[in-house]
Amino acid sequence: MDRRQAIKWLGAAVAAAAVTESVLGAPKEPGALSIEGSGKIIGTDPVLNKQYVAGELWSLTLTPTQRIAAIALIDLILPPDDPANDKLASQLGVQDFIDEWISAPYVNCAADKPVITEGLDWIDAESAKRFQKKFTELAEVQKCQIADDICGKTPVKKEFKAYQNFFGRFRSLAAGGYYTTPQGMKDVGYVGNRPTLNFDGPTPEALKHLGLA
Amino acid sequence: MLVGVYGSNEGLENTPDSPNGTLLPPPKARAGELYVKKHIAKFGLPVIPIHRAVLSTRQDHVNFPKRLHPNNAKAQRILAEAMQARAACFWATDCGRGCSIKANYQSTTVHLPPALATGNLDILCNAHAREVTVGSDGKANGVIYIDKVTGQERAVKGRAVILAASSGETARILLNSKSNRFPSGVANSSGLVGKYIMDTVGASLGGSVPAFENLPVHNEEGAGTHVYIPWWLYKEASKLGFARGYHIEFGTGRRMPSLGTGGASPGYGKSYKEEVRQKYGAGIGFAGRGEMIPNKDSFCELDPTVKDKWGISVLRFNWKWSDHELKQAAHMQQTFHMIIEAIGGKPGNVSRTKEEAIASPGAIIHEVGGGIMGPDQRTSVTNQWNQCWDVPNLLLNDGSAFCSNADKNPTLTIMALAWRASDHLIEEMRKGNI
Ligand SMILES: Cc1cc2nc3c(=O)[nH]c(=O)nc-3n(C[C@H](O)[C@H](O)[C@H](O)COP(=O)(O)OP(=O)(O)OC[C@H]3O[C@@H](n4cnc5c(N)ncnc54)[C@H](O)[C@@H]3O)c2cc1C
Ligand code: SF4
Repeated sequence: MDRRQAIKWLGAAVAAAAVTESVLGAPKEPGALSIEGSGKIIGTDPVLNKQYVAGELWSLTLTPTQRIAAIALIDLILPPDDPANDKLASQLGVQDFIDEWISAPYVNCAADKPVITEGLDWIDAESAKRFQKKFTELAEVQKCQIADDICGKTPVKKEFKAYQNFFGRFRSLAAGGYYTTPQGMKDVGYVGNRPTLNFDGPTPEALKHLGLA
Repeated sequence: MLVGVYGSNEGLENTPDSPNGTLLPPPKARAGELYVKKHIAKFGLPVIPIHRAVLSTRQDHVNFPKRLHPNNAKAQRILAEAMQARAACFWATDCGRGCSIKANYQSTTVHLPPALATGNLDILCNAHAREVTVGSDGKANGVIYIDKVTGQERAVKGRAVILAASSGETARILLNSKSNRFPSGVANSSGLVGKYIMDTVGASLGGSVPAFENLPVHNEEGAGTHVYIPWWLYKEASKLGFARGYHIEFGTGRRMPSLGTGGASPGYGKSYKEEVRQKYGAGIGFAGRGEMIPNKDSFCELDPTVKDKWGISVLRFNWKWSDHELKQAAHMQQTFHMIIEAIGGKPGNVSRTKEEAIASPGAIIHEVGGGIMGPDQRTSVTNQWNQCWDVPNLLLNDGSAFCSNADKNPTLTIMALAWRASDHLIEEMRKGNI
């Protein structure tokens, strides 16, 4: 056997070993798993040909009560453009995305975790205080009353300042989750991610809009 | 021709033209890019197609292989097949995550398959090179590596050794290759291995542009950058207060929504969604990429104590920007601020100091140097053919041989020099010099 052939066989053997290992259910998990304890920020790449299920990489955070409050708030922030045909943002799983995000061990995610969970607890407590109900049970106008106080569109009163940041972070994550779904992309007018033969450049209407036509 | 690069020849002094017939046609500029072009022409800032290694059209698989490998039918056939295996860009994605249709150039999809098809290439996976070995004749004769699967030490032999492990790792391998003949590392008689390392000078600034709001819907994806602003002030270099220059890359457009989409708008509900729609695609980002001049205080060396998991010494780094780079970074931000204002946009904040304006060393990931090319053995590590002066059959074919880090992003130049060096090596082997 010549050297080149030997190397080829060697390579095949190594490849075969790697395949068997993963088939037998011993795939190497990404290092992210061990981040929490080790103080490391970035783990190794995930196994790219494996689909992870929620909670598999790190345990999830939201309690059932927090989750219900999150769903109500998401649907308040992102109502469907076309209620007859569009799904609710919560039906698209935006709350799952937020839970995944705040549960991850990375620095930005970890910083959001207390902001989101404490905010969701607060919004239920505030609903109980004002209306003796949970946030999810409130009528739309009642939900808006609370949201208006913290959303920052009008000056936020001193007593609500602490929750303005919560609302901002929650809205940002909810929007990130929503606008990266096909429905969200349609809403915003994103028409990429479809193969086309040519790049046509700006349309005549777009050029006109910019005073370039 | 071999790689597939789109772009145009503009006849600009500091932006050399490519030989006729080698560039693929550049894609059209995006709406926002044209808008910028129109509004900054008065400052003398040109906006021209960038050179980018993406197939805007398929390669000419009939003629290119003949021109690349004259009188070599086998190479022509293999290359023609490889070119036919590549599709043209389908203008769908942000282009940053690999390209399964091989429109975007990557050595793994574009060069390795035809090289393997020649039958002359063996790839050893999981082989972590540790040192270059040198024979009693003073020539490099192989490499010792760790088989990362078994942890065992192995060796390969060769008539010539080419290192291209990216500049930092190449310096590390050289420095770790100690022998009686080369006590401070192979090819290091000058003491310059690991010295004069460089990154690109980087600074950025973003803004929002009301004119881009509510732009009629159309596709703006595909192939990342289409146009850019080449360095334009070379005729006024003496007035700038810093040497060398930079080019500007900028991004606009209705790109794939991401985590940041909608982040900045206030309120919630219908009006919030309305505003997100209005502001989507109305952002702009500018990034400067400039030349770093090599200096004595930017170098790497073996760490006396820290080793990797295989027990091999790792590098430690020293870094110092000169005032040229710092001033250049500040100039970049002032230019971006001026441009954003010129297009009626709202710029972000310019950094308070030039030290804050410049991206951290290494952050632009254009690391080069550490084995610089030069005219003689005392002041450089390699000759003009990327051959180490001390060991002529040892070549450094990555960015280590760069003796300055011009404002052009390095990869195409690394590849061109590697090609040129390899041609020369073959010639030398044919002549029996190596
Ligand atoms: C995110 C990112 C974006 C970039 N964008 C651009 C761009 O737009 N334009 C541009 O021009 N440049 C860009 N660059 C820079 C460009 O990628 C590098 O300049 C280029 O890849 C360097 O080529 P190289 O062959 O020297 O090294 P690499 O491409 O890094 O290849 C080195 C190879 O050596 C292997 N290796 C390393 N150590 C060992 C060892 N001890 N034993 C065995 N094998 C080893 C590595 O696994 C690797 O395969 C970018 C870099 C990054 C990280
Ligand atoms: S946009 Fe980039 S990744 Fe997508 S097809 Fe074109 S070259 Fe490939």
